[in-house]
Amino acid sequence: MPAAGYLGKPTSRVDGRAKVTGTAKYAAEYDVPGLAHGFVVSSAIAKGRITTIHTADALAVAGVLDIFTHEHRPKLASSDEAYKDEVAPPGSPLRPLYDDRILFSGQPVALVVAEEFEIARFAASLVRVEYEHEAHVTDFEAQRERATVSKQDEDPTPSTARGNPAEAFERAAVRVNGQYRMPVEHHNPMEPFAATAVWEDDDRITVFDKTQGAQNSRNYVADVLEMPRDRVRVLSPYVGGAFGAGLRPQYQLLLAVLAARALKRSVRVTLTRQQMFTLGYRSANIHELALGADSDGSLVSFRHHAVGMTSRFEDFQRDFVHWSSLLYRCENVELGQSLVKLDQNTPCDMRAPGGAEGAYAIECAMDELAYAAKLDPLELRLINYSDKDQIEDRPYSSKQLRECYRQGAEKFGWSDRNPQPRSMRDGNELVGWGMATGIWEAMQVPASAKAVLTANGNVEIASATADIGPGTYTWMTQLAAEMLGVPLENVTAKLGDSTLPDAPVEGGSFTTSSVGSAIHAACRAVQRELLGLAQKMAGSPLAGAKLDDVVFAEGKIRYKQDESREVSVADAMRAGKAERIEKAASAAPNGDSKYSHYTHSAVFAEVKIDEQLGVIRVTRMVNAVAAGRILNPKTAASQILGAVVGGIGMALHEETVTDQRFGRFVTRNLADYHVPVNADVHAIDVIFVEEKDEEINPLGVKGVGEIGIVGTAAAIANAVYHATGKRVRDLPITLDKLMRD
Amino acid sequence: MNNFEYTRASDVADAVRRIASDPAAKFVAGGTNLIDLMKENVARPSRLIDITHLPLDQIDETQDGGLRIGALVPNSDLAQHPQIEARYPLLGSAILAGASPQLRNMASTGGNLLQRTRCLYFYDTTTPCNKREPGSGCSAIGGINRMHAILGTSEHCIATHPSDMCVALAALEARVLATGRSGERSIAFAEFHRLPGDTPQLDSNLRADEIITAIELPPEGFAKNYTYLKIRDRLSYAFALVSIAVGLDIEGGTIKEARLALGGVAHKPWRNREAEARLEGAPATRENFVRAAETVLREARGFGHNDFKIELARRGILRALAQAARGTPQSQADKRIR
Repeated sequence: MPAAGYLGKPTSRVDGRAKVTGTAKYAAEYDVPGLAHGFVVSSAIAKGRITTIHTADALAVAGVLDIFTHEHRPKLASSDEAYKDEVAPPGSPLRPLYDDRILFSGQPVALVVAEEFEIARFAASLVRVEYEHEAHVTDFEAQRERATVSKQDEDPTPSTARGNPAEAFERAAVRVNGQYRMPVEHHNPMEPFAATAVWEDDDRITVFDKTQGAQNSRNYVADVLEMPRDRVRVLSPYVGGAFGAGLRPQYQLLLAVLAARALKRSVRVTLTRQQMFTLGYRSANIHELALGADSDGSLVSFRHHAVGMTSRFEDFQRDFVHWSSLLYRCENVELGQSLVKLDQNTPCDMRAPGGAEGAYAIECAMDELAYAAKLDPLELRLINYSDKDQIEDRPYSSKQLRECYRQGAEKFGWSDRNPQPRSMRDGNELVGWGMATGIWEAMQVPASAKAVLTANGNVEIASATADIGPGTYTWMTQLAAEMLGVPLENVTAKLGDSTLPDAPVEGGSFTTSSVGSAIHAACRAVQRELLGLAQKMAGSPLAGAKLDDVVFAEGKIRYKQDESREVSVADAMRAGKAERIEKAASAAPNGDSKYSHYTHSAVFAEVKIDEQLGVIRVTRMVNAVAAGRILNPKTAASQILGAVVGGIGMALHEETVTDQRFGRFVTRNLADYHVPVNADVHAIDVIFVEEKDEEINPLGVKGVGEIGIVGTAAAIANAVYHATGKRVRDLPITLDKLMRD
Repeated sequence: MNNFEYTRASDVADAVRRIASDPAAKFVAGGTNLIDLMKENVARPSRLIDITHLPLDQIDETQDGGLRIGALVPNSDLAQHPQIEARYPLLGSAILAGASPQLRNMASTGGNLLQRTRCLYFYDTTTPCNKREPGSGCSAIGGINRMHAILGTSEHCIATHPSDMCVALAALEARVLATGRSGERSIAFAEFHRLPGDTPQLDSNLRADEIITAIELPPEGFAKNYTYLKIRDRLSYAFALVSIAVGLDIEGGTIKEARLALGGVAHKPWRNREAEARLEGAPATRENFVRAAETVLREARGFGHNDFKIELARRGILRALAQAARGTPQSQADKRIR
């Protein structure tokens, strides 16, 4: 692709000013005439039936408009299919206010709608719900033995067993095995979940929703309320973080729309922080790993079995284990994964779902193997470096992991590490250095986009994708400016609107590859038409040129070989009497690819730990990432920084605790659910290793949304071991675990 | 959140009159805790009496050479006051160990004393809690109790008092000035907060008709040998697992006077006079620190998740006493433990 100079340059967010000045509006900030406010009443029990909902006291409060319950609500669809959104796992999705069944603690059981939010909230406290309790089961650890292989999962655990891992383990010179645990985590984006449903008439509704997919929310609402999809419009131009929590339509959306349609007026529903702990979460997970190696460190056996959790009504499962078959060269591999069904809400994707969990366990086990084999942990990874995808038996389209190790280690100063645990010290503090590998799929999914060039040189680029924070608006702008040869300020990027060209939810690190490929195709189509117009001009200096022979820059179409041969875009459009050129395009992954596509990273961590008190400080981190082409190094680095901070949280802080007696998460606010604060975050160096990939997609991009969190927790856990000689295998690593003997 | 009335007190006497006439009313100053409790339906005041306009925001020297701190002095102003920095750095340090700058800007001195526990169950109205609903039971006993008390607990409640500032005030032997219908009285800090006993709904001995008007500090501030060491689950903006306030008066290597108060371990800032007495007249040595720590923790008892706090408190006391004796108090900016 020709380089006009926008792609690959660190570029500030085009929406940055709107965000810091408050003009960027979020779902709960749209004020419309006659807006009413809803407040959700949540179930206090984990399992059973609602016998009675007493609403009289609440209804008597001045300003209360109505209270919706399963006994009093508009008609809702009755088939599971209607409730299945674009990313729904197999099963029977939650149906808010559908019937009297309680499936988990915190389930919405009523919506109080009033003239003011405070009135709704007060009235909600007067709604009294009587239940018929049933015994609940919420203890993941206790139910572990009852875990089963999901029969429903359409994408079951890959059966990639190969060789004879048990026998190989027995004869291995070096063996390690261990159990690794990660607790339930909640996404906790800053912005609360909210939906403002703008009532227009009986046949149409517009909703501002907090979502990672405007079209996913639109389809869900339309299907559940049995409306034609083209009568529902969902907008989410700005999203204040989501991390996966906004992939599926959350209940605020349906409740706001349901109330608006019933009341024939606009309704906003905002969830509280406490209610956000009733949405999806990262499943707790337990891993059993057994690794065997020759005395030189070559892996001979790799076994990884993992258990996750799900609800009674859906089988949510992400692949924790297939990375074990992929990351390192090994002839004998055994994988297994099972699920425990509990009386909890269904988990959902949370940053690098499956990968972050799997890599935590794998990379800690590899660290243990390094000590057992008396090898440097980095050396062990290099000894077992895999140049091909052993599952599919094919090469990678690109894999610069070796370079990640090299550059990361150099920046960190890894060669100065004393291999002995407890050997490095700084005053009262033990110093530990640890490292880990990160891996994530470089996916692409079908997406569409539209590009419009007008005669005044302005470009509008549009797709129904989202920008949940990574900088989607910005690289869309850069890409269009680069391809059509116009300044950044001439480009307007539109997204977060279900009426725009089809796009998937923003997740999985696949937005840039998917939507970017579609924008690329749309801009190519505009280029093609422009070139045609230029060539129709009398005596055109571009006569006979093919699209690949020209470059679009500075408002001109130029011959690459002879820059003096050029036509201005304006002249070409004038000559062709074209006021605007509008092109829509779609892109899909190459199904015939003979390559595997993955993103990689090498993560290095330094911790300093007070020897007596166990207080841990993560003083330095280096994350070297190979993710194909980086369109915007500034926002991409910001993605990695945020994910590394998430990894620090995973390693040291984050945990949602269940009280089994109540079958309820009792960690319900940000005072109890700890994420890292500024004092917990020190130097983080992000390195993007150059990685050319001409096979993967026209832009050569892989995406960086997830990779920064993968391996980070393991690098920190390994550093903690190196510092203290104590191997804590259950996250988060809190000081009490270091005090245990 | 319930429906409530909002009123504003014109002076201290008016505040007392208003609170005395409505037992379900609450004073509001910074609101940093009360508003959260109201949103969660844990506090349901009939009315809020806004006291932010009362003239209680001065810091003055007292006749005996101590300091009188108005109840409405914001936490952040107090921590940075020149007299506090110079003479009572232990108090300033404890304040800076708590909350965030934004919260400290809002929070008042008097309100800090009246913060309620951060027990998970106290905040969750779907669960039993004797402090919130007397007689309903204590969910923390047999439940999730990592943050809970190890000293002075009762079968009815194992909650902790969450304040950092109060731990320093306990060590400094501050006094609380309160005004009620029967006039002003001065309460020794040790007598201000209560242990849960069989009335865990009562956090303090402040009477229903009383308003805190000031805190008085005695002249001795232990500015030379002090520390506030707070140990928590992240490096800032978290409640203490264990915190230790120490003030020592050392002369020629011998401890003349010792103050040692613990936070995060009990329903009130925890002091043990016997442990302090063991230090007094003795050299500042590790052996003596060990004995003091053992004395403080002799009656300590864990409830499962918080068992580690006993050993953590022991180690924390040793470190804090060493910091104070060395004259190298814990920095609240640099999180490395000295």
